[in-house]
Amino acid sequence: MAPVIDIRGLAIVLGGNTILEDFDLAVEKGEFVAVVGASGVGKSTLLRIVAGLIPSAAGTVAVAAAAAPDRRPYAMVFQDARLLPWRRVTRNVEFGAEGLSLDRKSRRARAEAALSLVGLGSHGLRYPHQLSGGQRQRVAIARALAVEPEILLMDEPFGALDAITRASLQDELVRLWQETGKTIIFVTHDIDEAVYLADRVILLGGKPGRIQSQHVVTASRPRQRDHVEAQGLAAEIRDNLQNTVSDGGGI
Amino acid sequence: MSTAPDGRRPAPAGPGLFRHPTFLAILGFLGFLGIWEGVTRFGLMSPIFLPPPSSLPTAFWREVTSGIWLDRILQSLDHYLAGLVLGSLLGIALGVATGMSRTLEGLTAWVIRVLRPIPGLAWVPFAILWFQISPAAATFIVGVGVFWINYYATLSAVQGVDGDLIELAESFGYRSRLVKLVKVVLPASTPGILAGVRTGLGQAWMSVVAAELFGVAGLGQRMNEAATLLASDIVVVYMLTMALLYGLVDAVFMLIRNRLLAWRP
Ligand SMILES: Nc1ncnc2c1ncn2[C@@H]1O[C@H](COP(=O)(O)OP(=O)(O)OP(=O)(O)O)[C@@H](O)[C@H]1O
Ligand SMILES: [Mg+2]
Repeated sequence: MAPVIDIRGLAIVLGGNTILEDFDLAVEKGEFVAVVGASGVGKSTLLRIVAGLIPSAAGTVAVAAAAAPDRRPYAMVFQDARLLPWRRVTRNVEFGAEGLSLDRKSRRARAEAALSLVGLGSHGLRYPHQLSGGQRQRVAIARALAVEPEILLMDEPFGALDAITRASLQDELVRLWQETGKTIIFVTHDIDEAVYLADRVILLGGKPGRIQSQHVVTASRPRQRDHVEAQGLAAEIRDNLQNTVSDGGGI
Repeated sequence: MSTAPDGRRPAPAGPGLFRHPTFLAILGFLGFLGIWEGVTRFGLMSPIFLPPPSSLPTAFWREVTSGIWLDRILQSLDHYLAGLVLGSLLGIALGVATGMSRTLEGLTAWVIRVLRPIPGLAWVPFAILWFQISPAAATFIVGVGVFWINYYATLSAVQGVDGDLIELAESFGYRSRLVKLVKVVLPASTPGILAGVRTGLGQAWMSVVAAELFGVAGLGQRMNEAATLLASDIVVVYMLTMALLYGLVDAVFMLIRNRLLAWRP
């Protein structure tokens, strides 16, 4: 079967700087891929490319179309929550779904279901400024889920959360992923998080950025946090990351 | 000022009656009227140059019962509102369009640089040429002033919209300008646009009076008429009427604005 994301020979130039070069990545349907790497290496840029938000300087990016007109091919959870301050929480969650062929009632139902999923079912009538930072981030996740995307693009979505909420949302995400068979690309700074969640961990490094190494996580699910395989893998990735940083980027 | 040990100030005791803001405001206002009255009572100024407040109720009553007062108000309100609505809508529309389109911004750059510094009142000769001494002339003059205020307020509001929110819209597939305008740009710039509209409300009053001093029927024209007859009490009646009308319009506007911006903290 063709991959849902197929990037070949991609180059990205932003403001005169080459951010990614000669970049290849194929992601299979239903795969959970984590992307790690030093700050500024191009992780967010990679997600933007998949979402078609920035043009490429060379290469091709193919992203599978949505399976139905009431779904989006992909949805992005940005590093910051990006809620619309003039919309109440429920209306924020409906924002993306308004572009789908979906009647009002089902849109509202989807929004409410997504909100309950992130534990904010009772906060629908608030405005964003009445939420904590972590709650805002959860609304952003609900907003992405409400378009029932084939691919979830998540940019450090749990970075702003406390350890307990974070752990519970991680498990919620894995459960959702297993139930729906979505493809997930999950950017994170936290290598343990990457190894706990993903089937495959991609380490970006260098300037311009490339894939430095890929690590397949074979541990069966449900996983233990800190499962034995994880500890070894995490240490290996950390080593590689150290190298990419101390090399000043080049390979 | 004493400070509690934890570094916070002690809660202020409720203001006593004599320091209550409303009380102070009333006191100040009565003092103002007292001094004003005193100036003429003690012969410091002739009542023709400064009519005492005590003379105003009679003057006011005369204007009201003769029907002139309401007539003039309605005439002024007519070109005030027409100019305000036309000028604001055109200013907002052009501001949005220019804010969203680099091409339009480029095309209009010099035209605007030439037209912008011309004060609204400098258009009076043309207003009279085009519309004679008519309500339309006053509407035009009011509209020109209001237009620029709204144009600039809207332009900077639209250009100040957080680019991240636009990227968010694009990430959900909202690629057309019209959709981005409706879903993000307009709601995000509403506070800035409304601030412009409110400035326009005040500016438009000035233009109304100015336009009417040239003879278009309304409050300003009635004031001018009274002044030439040395009926300065009537002039003051209309000055206060303007303050009242402006206050009313502004209060109504603020009610609407606060509803529209209820989402703001
Ligand atoms: N619009 C832009 N113009 C020029 N350079 C840009 C632009 N956006 C990003 N960059 C540069 O591209 C590089 C990659 O940015 P990106 O946001 O993808 O990094 P990141 O890996 O997500 O970092 P972080 O972990 O800190 O979020 C950075 O060096 C950044 O300075
Ligand atoms: Mg980033």
